[in-house]
Amino acid sequence: MDMSISGLLWQLLAIVLALALAPLLTGWVNQCRAWLQNRSAPPLLQPYYMLHKLFHKDVVLAHGASPLFGFAPYVVFGCMLLACAIIPVLSTDLPFAPSADTIALVGVFGLARIFISLAAMDIGTSFGTLGGRREMLVGFLAEPALLMVIFTMAMIAQSTSVATIVETLAHREFVIYPSLAFAGIAFTFVSFAENARVPVDNPATHLELTMIHEAMILEYSGRHLALIEWAASLKLYAYSCLGLALFFPWGIAQGDSFAGLLLAIPVVVAKLAIGGALLALIETLNAKVRIFRAPEFLGTAFLFAVLGLLVRLLLESRV
Amino acid sequence: MLDLFVLVLAIPLASGLALALAGERAWAPNLNIIASAGTFLASALLTAEIVAGGPRFVFGEAFFIDSMNVFFVTLTAFVGMTTSIFSGPYMRNEREHGRLSAPRLRLYKSMFQLFMFTMLAALTTNNLGILWVAMEAATLTTVLLVSLYRTPASLEAAWKYFILCGVGIAQALFGTILLYFAAERVLGETGNALLWTYLVGVKGQLDPTIMALAFIFLLVGYGTKVGLVPLHNWLPDAHAEGPTPVSAVLSGLLLNVALYAILRVKVLADGAIPSDFAGNLMMGFGLLTLVVAAFFLSRQKDIKRMFAYSSIEHMGLITFAFGMGGAVANFAGLLHMTLHSLTKSAIFFAVGHAAQKCGTQVMEDIRGLIRINPVIGWGLMLGTLAILGLPPFGVFASEFMILTHAMKHHPWATPILLLALGVAFASIFGKVQPMVFGETHAQRLPHAPAITPVFVHLAIVLMLGLWIPPYLTRWFQEAARMLG
Amino acid sequence: MSLSTQLINLFAATILLLAFAMLAQRRVLTLINLFALQGLTLALSTLVVAVTTRQTHLYWSAGLTLLLKAILLPWILHRLVRRLEVKWDVEPLIKVPTTMLVGIVLVIISFNVALPISQLSSTVSRGTLGIALASVMLAFLMMITRSKAVPQVIGFLAMENGLFLAATSATYGMPMVVELGIALDVLIGVIILGVFFFQIRDQFDSLDIRHLERLKEK
Repeated sequence: MDMSISGLLWQLLAIVLALALAPLLTGWVNQCRAWLQNRSAPPLLQPYYMLHKLFHKDVVLAHGASPLFGFAPYVVFGCMLLACAIIPVLSTDLPFAPSADTIALVGVFGLARIFISLAAMDIGTSFGTLGGRREMLVGFLAEPALLMVIFTMAMIAQSTSVATIVETLAHREFVIYPSLAFAGIAFTFVSFAENARVPVDNPATHLELTMIHEAMILEYSGRHLALIEWAASLKLYAYSCLGLALFFPWGIAQGDSFAGLLLAIPVVVAKLAIGGALLALIETLNAKVRIFRAPEFLGTAFLFAVLGLLVRLLLESRV
Repeated sequence: MLDLFVLVLAIPLASGLALALAGERAWAPNLNIIASAGTFLASALLTAEIVAGGPRFVFGEAFFIDSMNVFFVTLTAFVGMTTSIFSGPYMRNEREHGRLSAPRLRLYKSMFQLFMFTMLAALTTNNLGILWVAMEAATLTTVLLVSLYRTPASLEAAWKYFILCGVGIAQALFGTILLYFAAERVLGETGNALLWTYLVGVKGQLDPTIMALAFIFLLVGYGTKVGLVPLHNWLPDAHAEGPTPVSAVLSGLLLNVALYAILRVKVLADGAIPSDFAGNLMMGFGLLTLVVAAFFLSRQKDIKRMFAYSSIEHMGLITFAFGMGGAVANFAGLLHMTLHSLTKSAIFFAVGHAAQKCGTQVMEDIRGLIRINPVIGWGLMLGTLAILGLPPFGVFASEFMILTHAMKHHPWATPILLLALGVAFASIFGKVQPMVFGETHAQRLPHAPAITPVFVHLAIVLMLGLWIPPYLTRWFQEAARMLG
Repeated sequence: MSLSTQLINLFAATILLLAFAMLAQRRVLTLINLFALQGLTLALSTLVVAVTTRQTHLYWSAGLTLLLKAILLPWILHRLVRRLEVKWDVEPLIKVPTTMLVGIVLVIISFNVALPISQLSSTVSRGTLGIALASVMLAFLMMITRSKAVPQVIGFLAMENGLFLAATSATYGMPMVVELGIALDVLIGVIILGVFFFQIRDQFDSLDIRHLERLKEK
């Protein structure tokens, strides 16, 4: 699809969909978690109320905050939105899709991480610094694993482009790739760590000594905080969509037929709903590990990713 | 006509089951001895038949008896018989000392017979897969024998024995799978690809790469059971902590059977691999084993442990001999296997009585055997001299042959061999001498020891040193020729 | 690549995955369940090979594997663990990440060793030989790194699983009589070990085999 008007419209729709669905996904996960833990669930739309409230509050800046501190939420939000825009959610043929290179995606996520960590250290509070360091540690360990997953995928599709990978998996002859099982597990592990979910971090806690993500954003308020929260939702959405695109790509349209694209929307919503419920289930079944065990957790992810690569080399090289 | 071979396998199996079912009765030790004697008689007659009539199959192609394994069958049955004679009074003494109860004696006797069965089956089977099964079964039957005393040390020894041999035997299974794979490519999916008689026929066509890998796995796997360094750790513990009759059969028989398995595979590997890969590998392992065991000998305090290391040392020497290959070295290796079996079991018989008399296996506390019981004292002394390779005992002859052959074809190995044998000589002799001739205050045993087996074994060893009967020579020569 | 080969590869990969999961598992009960799962996967993979090649004896092997390794042995182990009252956490001797790294190295070595051999093979399942060897090595590693008796035995049995996979992947299984013999040995081995566990516990009041480290060369 070239840069036609309809293409741009569809692309725009995908971005709006991401902005709208991301908080909903967060709300859905929280609701499922509450059900599974026998708590009375918050409303599904709670994240929207939260964002609405925060956007209407004034920003309070700490003394000594540099311009970076105010600037960072916009960068983080921008990065996440960019990621959501280029990941093929509805179709592999949207105008931005050719730029959806998996390695570039890792870079985009890395950029956001650097900014939020720098902002956290900017104020000079002990918690911010602590959170920032931990975030960098997690990122430092998660990125190699993620890259290994990507290499495995790239070997299957002969390309690092998400669109090509989706096409190879979903729209060609069906082939079982055992290596994908390993890569999928590794990717799940990495996603949990990157999105500050339970085994590594707990999004619902403010227990100072264990938190990572929450520790970094303690000093934010008002619309800054709203942007950061929204960005966190977008990140979860982006990772979910990336995971779905890489491992369960069925339903993503290939061309620009109106029916195909229209069908892709409910399919994606359904897949996200199931994925969110599974995420809540896994979070409920596991306890948060000590921060010292986080390297072990991500080391395991790396291990699975490497195994996937090896299995790919051994079993599937003579396809 | 009832096949003699059926008797060789059926007697130990049936008596093992009977002993297990009947429990510890007054006649049980006698049944044990009678069964072992029956097995020996049957195997001796079988040997005569094979020597006269040549190799043959039994039960279709399931079992194959040729001049090589029939020789091991006789040896196994013979040592089994003498061990059962020895263990009668020995075990009664142990029971009176309160170290063993009636159920344990029942376990011992039934497992002993089943152990004999598995070893005889391993020796005679034509199927290399069944060989593996029988070897593993031999481990299983002896695990509970090693832990018979249920002391912490014996449990530990049995655990090590099981785990290490289990790991080893798993490697051997992988080797067997590879071997089957190599053979199936040549023989097709007929189900005959593990039968030795078929394999020998096509050994030149087996793929060398696969065979090399298979041989490594099989050597490491069965080598664990032979006690080759560095997989020998289980051996001293199992010998020292198990009851003495078990030590005697482990050293005298199990190691031989494991080595026999390696030899069978070596013939195939030699046929498939153009270079002398298998032989060199065995020479390396053998030499390493010999040297390491020799140096560990001097550090031992427990008498059974020391002789266990001596077994490792001799196994290393034998492996080295077979590694060199050729008619002379193979002949020497077979002779040495026989002599080691006989001598080492005799030594363990004597050691068992000596330890029972002094109530300890610690060498420093065993003194003056020559005064308490001159027969045991002399038995131990002569056995030691025999195993150290002093003329006129037979071990001298076989060691001399191995040494001279090594000098001629592998001169670099000679100083190493001489050094190891010298160290072993000094360590063992230095420790046995005071045990036999020192001062003591030990008491008499309630049951007179069965010392005949010791001297029967030593007499044969002596005879083989002075004169090997011509039919035995022919027999060895034929087996040696088969090994290539 | 045919569908059956793909399925066999998938099952083989699952077996490898389970081997790693067992290596990292600290709880003894979960370990037994993982072992049972590995046995089940093995049986399924054998079944696929049997269906593809129409070899009658492979159906028997698959059935035997299912019965022995997915049902009987796990059941015996479960009973043992309950009777011995050992539901404690399993402690690895060295840290899990280190073990895992060693495991990866073993996998790479196994794949390299197996590659030339599997290229000579003509079976539908030849690619899995490397995985089989890797599972054997990983089970071996598990036996080395564990300090409790039950996990060591599970490692021993997992090793046998790997060997079985090797046999089916390289040659469509060993002759039936050999396979029966191996199965019998494994079964007897587990029963003997069961007896042995009680002996060890009676003697040491524990199944920690670190008690069994006194016999050493001084």
